[in-house]
Order: sequence, then structure tokens, then C-alpha cells
Amino acid sequence: MTTFFDKQLTKPLPFSRNLFSYGMGTIALLLTGFALLALFSVLFEIFRQGLPGLTWDVFTSLPAPTGEAGVPTGFGNAIQGTVLMVAIATLLSVPLGILTAIYLSEIGKTGAIANTVRFVMSILSAVPSIVVGVFAYAVVVLATLFNYKGFSALAGAFALAVIMLPIVVLSTEEALKLVPRQQRLASAALGANSVQTTFKIVVASALPSITTGVLLAIARVSGETAPLLFTALFSQSWIETLLNPTPSLSVMIYNYSGSPFAAQVQLAWTASLVLLGMVFVTNLLSRFVTRKR
Amino acid sequence: MHSSNSSKPTPTPLPTPDLALCARGVDVYYGTIKVLEDVSLDVYPGKVTAIIGPSGCGKSTFIKALNRIGELESNMRIKGEIQFFGQNIYSQRVNLNRLRRQIGMVFQKPNPFPMSIYDNVAYGVRVFSRPSRSVLDELVESALTDAALWNEVKDSLTKSALSLSGGQQQRLCIARSLAIKPRVLLMDEPCSALDPIATLKIEELIRSLQQELTIVIVTHNMQQAARISDRTAFFSTDESQVGRLIETDATAKIFGAASHSRTRDYIEGRFG
Repeated sequence: MTTFFDKQLTKPLPFSRNLFSYGMGTIALLLTGFALLALFSVLFEIFRQGLPGLTWDVFTSLPAPTGEAGVPTGFGNAIQGTVLMVAIATLLSVPLGILTAIYLSEIGKTGAIANTVRFVMSILSAVPSIVVGVFAYAVVVLATLFNYKGFSALAGAFALAVIMLPIVVLSTEEALKLVPRQQRLASAALGANSVQTTFKIVVASALPSITTGVLLAIARVSGETAPLLFTALFSQSWIETLLNPTPSLSVMIYNYSGSPFAAQVQLAWTASLVLLGMVFVTNLLSRFVTRKR
Repeated sequence: MHSSNSSKPTPTPLPTPDLALCARGVDVYYGTIKVLEDVSLDVYPGKVTAIIGPSGCGKSTFIKALNRIGELESNMRIKGEIQFFGQNIYSQRVNLNRLRRQIGMVFQKPNPFPMSIYDNVAYGVRVFSRPSRSVLDELVESALTDAALWNEVKDSLTKSALSLSGGQQQRLCIARSLAIKPRVLLMDEPCSALDPIATLKIEELIRSLQQELTIVIVTHNMQQAARISDRTAFFSTDESQVGRLIETDATAKIFGAASHSRTRDYIEGRFG
């Protein structure tokens, strides 16, 4: 039996409304496809070109001199340099960045100093990385440190730290702000002072998001090339001291990708794949840290 | 002094060491807006004092002035005097951390810390001292027992407090406050986010705690005030939107034969 109400429910919408709805859906899907196409073609090309060169030697050897065949070739020194400089940059920027974020979120709040710091941080995060490189060149490379003047791992790490700092500060401040005010009040109501509340409650609850921010900052600077060109430069040998020109994956890719020697171009592709893998693992780690709780 | 208090007391600050809390001529402002005017209220030790009144009458504001937590979350200011066992809590020399240790607070929504049940209860203790593990274990057990939660959680002390139900979380928050042995416990609508059975448990708990503790409870629920309190204070607003203490007396008197017509109207459900 068909009643009036059944018809109300089953009667189709006007054709024009259906057409608009399907049309918009199709356009959105197509454009998503375009965006993914660009992304996947980059990934595909890196895998296609880089994978054939991926051997164990890549991680344990130095780049072979050009023209010599049959010699193990790789870029272990560049991996070493990238990991070293990113690690030092993290050690420099994370404590500084987290304490700055604590000042902004818990102490300064909307005061004049906090607002100025926040403004400077957002400007700093928008400064092109090559400008940071020039800055580090002027401040560190041209200065004499520990009786050494010139390109060094320390200078490279300093430049990377300057790039990381605003990312760490801004993401940590957001993470701290997300901790409910009720938690802070509960802590205060138990007689805790503001330092105890900040470290035992606020930072502790925000720790997964703070870690994510830090890991994303690490992922971001791992691929930076421009600031390292001015500061760490490059080298063909293993790293022995922090006060020498230091190789890195990104500068190596930059140097070798335009090389006339096929072997060096191959190394650049493989290095791209390795760098991509390192960034991917860092991102994965940050996902894992946030999902855990 | 224990007789009817309905006539407005003179706003002269008196040394009152025998009162748990004593407010005299208290005005409360948020910035420049006055929300409470001329509140004078006595809280007797070892009794449950309920604060009732319609929404927006300043009940929560008043209770947040009693442990000075309100000034943390907003630009709350106080005029007048509030004494805690004879000491002016708004004196310049008062240490807020020590004050809040003596005057605990349970909030409207259960707000356990995102850590284990054990660490939640131990938090307040650890803020002030570093007791040995065995002393701490005892304190945690006795606080959880006092909060009628021990039997439900004794096997899962290391589990996250967020895994508990709402009612259990609120009892955990009470245990957390009890662990530091306050002299007064302020409760700001502690059952408003709970179901009737969880509410009943909290009410039983309040009754059992009353022996050693002074409790001030803000509640929206008049039956609750009638069930659990010894004394009741009725707050209300007038056209100016400024809250006032209309009447305070023994609970039986307020619910049986209130002196003020506004109190009678509210209790009989004619407004609010």
C-alpha cells in the first residue's frame, strides 16, 4: 500500500539539483586526482631512478672518484653529516623553543613582550631559508670559533636551528594552549604553584603534540639545502671534526644532480630516495607518538 | 550566634577563629562589573553549607572567591573581608599555595589529570613533600577509601584516570583533594555532570565526610541541598543583575519556613 508519506520520501529531487551535486562531486574528485598525480609522479620518478643504485655500499662508502669503475660508491659521509647537523640543530632549538613557548603560553600570555616574541617568531618562520643561510654565514662562518674560521658543521647546525626555532615555538605554544584550563585550575586548587602546574600538568599532557611539532621541524630541516650551502658547504671525506666543511644529503643532491658523470647523477637519485625515506620515517614516528595516547 | 542569621549582619570585620569561613560585606567584581554585593556569610566547622539560587546569581563566583581560585581564571576582584578560621585570606601576606591546600575544591566537571589513578591522588601530596613510597601508598589508599572509590579501583591503580566513568572520576577528584587533608572542601555543583546513581553516591560521600571536614557546596538541585546540608544560603539577583545573599539559615528552616518571600518563591518553584 502506498501512502502519501511514502511518496514524500521516495520522490526524487529535481534534475537540476542532482546534476549540480554530481557535477561538483566529479570536479572535486578530478582536481584531487591532479594534485595527487603531481605528488605521485615525483615519488614514482625518485623510486624508478633511485632504487637501482640502492645498495648497502651507499651507506658505508664515500663517493667513488669519477671515472673509476668497480669501486664501491656511496654517500655515507653525507648521511653522517645530515644526521649530525640535524641532531645538533635539534639540541639547540628544542630546549630554547619549548621554554619560549612556555613563556608565551603560561607566563607572558597576551602581554606586550609575549605578543612581540610571537610576532617575531611568525615572521622568522616565513623568512626564506636562504636568508637564514646568509645570516648564519655572516654570524658564524665569518667569525672565528675555537680558533677556526670557515665553513663547518657547527655553522650548518646553527642555520638549521634558526629555521627550526619558530616551528618548535609556534607548534609547542599551540600544544600548550590545548591543555584545558580546568587542568590548570585543578592543579592550583591542590596548592601547586605555577611552575609545578606548568611542568607536571601542562607540559606533561601536551608532550605528545610537542613531540609531533619537534619531529615535523626535524623533517622540515632535513631537506634544507640553501642554508647549508653557505655554512657547511660540502666535502668528499668522512667527518672527523665539527669544525670542517661538512657534507649533507641535500647539498650532495644539489651538487651531483647537475653533474656530467652518470655515476654522480645516479648517486643524487639514490640520495633523494634515502632522504625521502628518512623524512618519511620521522613523519611516521610523529604519527605514532600522537596516536599512542 | 547560631540562631537565625536572616537579618543583615553589620559589616564590621570581627575576629572569628571559631568559624571555618566568615565573609563580611563581600563585593565581587569582574573587571568593573559588579556581580555580587554585600555578602556576609558564616560557614560553621564540621557542617555542610549549601549555596542555592537561580542561574547567574553568583553562587559559583562566591565559592571561587573562598579559595581565591577565581582570580586565576579571570580578572575577579574582591572588596570586603573573608576569614578562614580567623585569618584574612585576602591579606597581602597570604601564600596562595598554602591557602588552597587548606581549602580544597571539587569542580563542576570531573577534571582528573591525564595520568594514572594513583598519580592523580598522589599529585597534591607530592607538590608539598617527598614522602616514602609506603607513606604515599597509605595516603592514597586512605584518600580513595574516604572517597568510597577504593574497592572499585584497588586493582587498577596504574590505569589511566580517564578510563573511569564520570561518577568515578568525580570521586577520584574528591579523593585527590582529601589526600592533602584540607580543613574545608568547596564543591562547585559537583553532581551537575553526573547521572542520578553517581549523584547519590557523591551525596552519601558528602554526608560521611562531614565528620572531619567542613563542606561548602553550590548546587542547582534544591532537593540535594535539602538532603545533604545542615545550613543553606540562598543567593538571588534583582533587576540590576547584581547577586545578593538573600537569606541564610538552618536547612530545615529555609525549606520549611523561610523568612524571606523570595526564598519561599524560589523553593516552591515559582521562579529560577
